[in-house]
Amino acid sequence: MGLGSFCVLIILIATFITWYGNNKALRVNHALGKDLKLPSLPKYYSFYAILWLIIPSIILILTWYIAKPLILDVLVLSFISEDTIKNFSGDPSMLVDRVKSINIERPFPGTDTNLIEAAVYLKKTLERVQTFTFLSILSLGCFLSFIAIKKINPAFRARQIVEKYNVAILLVCSVVAIVTTIGIVFSLIFEALRFFDKIPLFDFLFGLSWSPQMAIREDQVASQGSFGAIPIFAGTLLITIIAMTVAIPVGLTSAIFLSQYSSPMTRSIIKPLLEILAGVPTVVYGFFAAITVGPFLKGLGDVFSLNIASESALAAGSVMGIMIIPFISSLSDDVISAVPQSLKDGSYAMGATKSETVKKVILPAALPGIVGAILLAISRAVGETMIVVMAAGIAANLTANPLEAVTTVTVQIVTLLIGDQEFDSAKTLAAFALGITLFVVTLMLNLFALRIVHKYREKYE
Amino acid sequence: MNKNTRIIAESLKKRNRSESTFRLMGLLGIISAISFLVIILTSIINEGKKAFVSTQIKLDIFFDSKILDPSNSGKITEIENANYQTLIKASLLNFFPDVKTRNDQRDLLSMISSSEQENLMRTLTNDISLMNTKKEFWLKSSSKYDVINKNPEMIDFAEEDRLISNQQLFWFNELKKDNRVNFGFNKIFFTAADSTEPEQAGIWGSVMGSFFTLFVTLLLSFPIAVAAGVFLEELAPKNRFTHFIEVNINNLAAVPSIIFGLLGLAIFLNVMHLPRSAPLVGGMVLALMTLPTIIIATRASLKAVPPSIREAAIGMGATKMQTVTHHVLPLSMPGISTGTIIGMSQALGESAPLLMIGMVAFIVDVPESFLDSSTVLPVQIYLWKSTAARGFVELTAAGVLVLLTFLILMNSFAIIIRKKFEKKW
Repeated sequence: MGLGSFCVLIILIATFITWYGNNKALRVNHALGKDLKLPSLPKYYSFYAILWLIIPSIILILTWYIAKPLILDVLVLSFISEDTIKNFSGDPSMLVDRVKSINIERPFPGTDTNLIEAAVYLKKTLERVQTFTFLSILSLGCFLSFIAIKKINPAFRARQIVEKYNVAILLVCSVVAIVTTIGIVFSLIFEALRFFDKIPLFDFLFGLSWSPQMAIREDQVASQGSFGAIPIFAGTLLITIIAMTVAIPVGLTSAIFLSQYSSPMTRSIIKPLLEILAGVPTVVYGFFAAITVGPFLKGLGDVFSLNIASESALAAGSVMGIMIIPFISSLSDDVISAVPQSLKDGSYAMGATKSETVKKVILPAALPGIVGAILLAISRAVGETMIVVMAAGIAANLTANPLEAVTTVTVQIVTLLIGDQEFDSAKTLAAFALGITLFVVTLMLNLFALRIVHKYREKYE
Repeated sequence: MNKNTRIIAESLKKRNRSESTFRLMGLLGIISAISFLVIILTSIINEGKKAFVSTQIKLDIFFDSKILDPSNSGKITEIENANYQTLIKASLLNFFPDVKTRNDQRDLLSMISSSEQENLMRTLTNDISLMNTKKEFWLKSSSKYDVINKNPEMIDFAEEDRLISNQQLFWFNELKKDNRVNFGFNKIFFTAADSTEPEQAGIWGSVMGSFFTLFVTLLLSFPIAVAAGVFLEELAPKNRFTHFIEVNINNLAAVPSIIFGLLGLAIFLNVMHLPRSAPLVGGMVLALMTLPTIIIATRASLKAVPPSIREAAIGMGATKMQTVTHHVLPLSMPGISTGTIIGMSQALGESAPLLMIGMVAFIVDVPESFLDSSTVLPVQIYLWKSTAARGFVELTAAGVLVLLTFLILMNSFAIIIRKKFEKKW
């Protein structure tokens, strides 16, 4: 029995319980006569019963899926004969992994027959155990919900309890956000710590050479590879700076124009157009950067006899800048619109022109908000992946020249993790070390920016 | 005119000049932003529209029973396993009788896509009476010829820069002169999954992958996000804990998407041992990513419902929960669904986290369930872009067009819902 049929079954049972519980409550109501009634509507009684079916089932199912790998290990080890375990050179847990990976229909030629038997046994037993578990979970749920239905009487206030449970369920749903954050932090820290066991933190943060590709085989010369992340950080910084030099002027001027100069008519046309620019998937920008902008810049360089790499930082950075324009323009548009009218009126009353009002009154007043917007935009640029994966280089190159190819943190994470993965090598773990660096940096930027924007909003409310 | 008014008049001129420059700068900003959009779209449409048609070559195929069924058994299995390449070769050689050497014949044969052999087999097994008859077929050319045919400027390239040799170009031109070359609708692009040959690769596999992935995303993120939004906006007490939840949600909305991929890799794949490359895992990762978007949209549209509605319901004796589920939530549903669709369209365009959990594999089968290995639209675009063969450039652009079409559809749907159902209080 799979999870799918379990879900179907539980829905069927729930439908039945709703009907039965409703009926029962109505009957009780009827039996009580005219003067007395159940304190809650009938549907709350059946809802209460369903809670007793669903909540224990969900908890137990989750427990089952967490416990499943452990049960697998025990099953396999109990089946394989002592001799096989003794003869096996490595750790018994590796033997278990090997059994799990056997394809029963087409075993790899030369596999130990003992192991194949174990795999067949494992599959059969697992199916049986799972069906048994699912059925017992279901029957437990049914049992509990029927007890709940039995409890229907005038002294029992179902609505209050159901509502309390519902609030609890809603609370659990909102806690998912916290769980996700914790999950991110723990998964990153856990793997990153394993990386820093192999490579000292200092070497990672301040090393000048990055070439993880060497660390493929242990017996290779220079198998350690080198994991100095400075060239990657420098590349990320370079591309972010280029992106910002494109995005900030264009985004800011268009925000000012839209909020101060344009008629409502033009505004209603241009705003959606900018939103389209924001809605274009990053993979499309990446394609545009790689196919159109990169070759175009290279050709331009040939005209001026400059040597521009086809994966130059300039191509990736400027397209990333285009991507960020709507982000900056819409955020600063909000901020500029939030500047109170009284400030503007005061400025006009003193005889200032529109541009003088913008430059001397509105922008200084909105500056914290704009800085917040720019910080958020920087955090986006740093974390942006697809554009740089498609249009920037892979080799780490410590340079400040925008015409050369550089690499970024996100590009390295992707290149390190695509393809064969072995979770013990420093190479794959390095991706998590880079990941946690990225997470910490963007988190700082976001927290700081959100604080500024928040404070600013409060000031003018 | 006294001195002061002259100074003022002069400075006014200057100030007005700076006013108009400032205005011009703003205009320039807008114009450049819009022109970027136009440039991106036109360059992609220009490249992508070529992939919707493909070059076809008309050949007279003679279904020779000596080749297809030499033992004359009449068995379907025999006919199915026959060598259809020989038929195409014979037909081509009929047209170019002076091609003699083995290498030349192979070069000549490479003009026709190898997928056509199977098509011929299908045609014959469906209608066995075609045996020993001659029939005209429009056969799909291989990608190299297709590219040359679509980009005529490449004909003037030097032989080593061009995809096909001078000899091959000569044959192709001969066929063209005989009106045997035209463009047909590229059906394979809309029905097939990925392939190593550009002319046999299609987008359908990744469309289905995207569908399954987004289905999981919607199933997980919508209920959880609406529940969380309702709790935070309507029911939660204002204390430190709920404030912490809010800060968390706002932060998650700004976490780079690739970090969610790392989370999926470390937890869903390495700890929970869920299958790699499966839409299920992709959907789970994207659900976590879209949660903040939908929560924020839910809260905004709950906030837009006027307090008088709540007060009226509570005045009639409804509980807080009943007020929310019977009145506030239904009224804010249009806003919530608009936010959800926008969140879904973000998820549809997202690819970085899916690279981490192995949805970048080369997959030739159209996925049929949530556990089949598959890829999604944007990742397919990335994969094609990373392929060296020239024919994939057009496919990539066409894939982008398909992706953009879906996004436009979803967003206009969201706009329609908002326009039609949203109440202004």
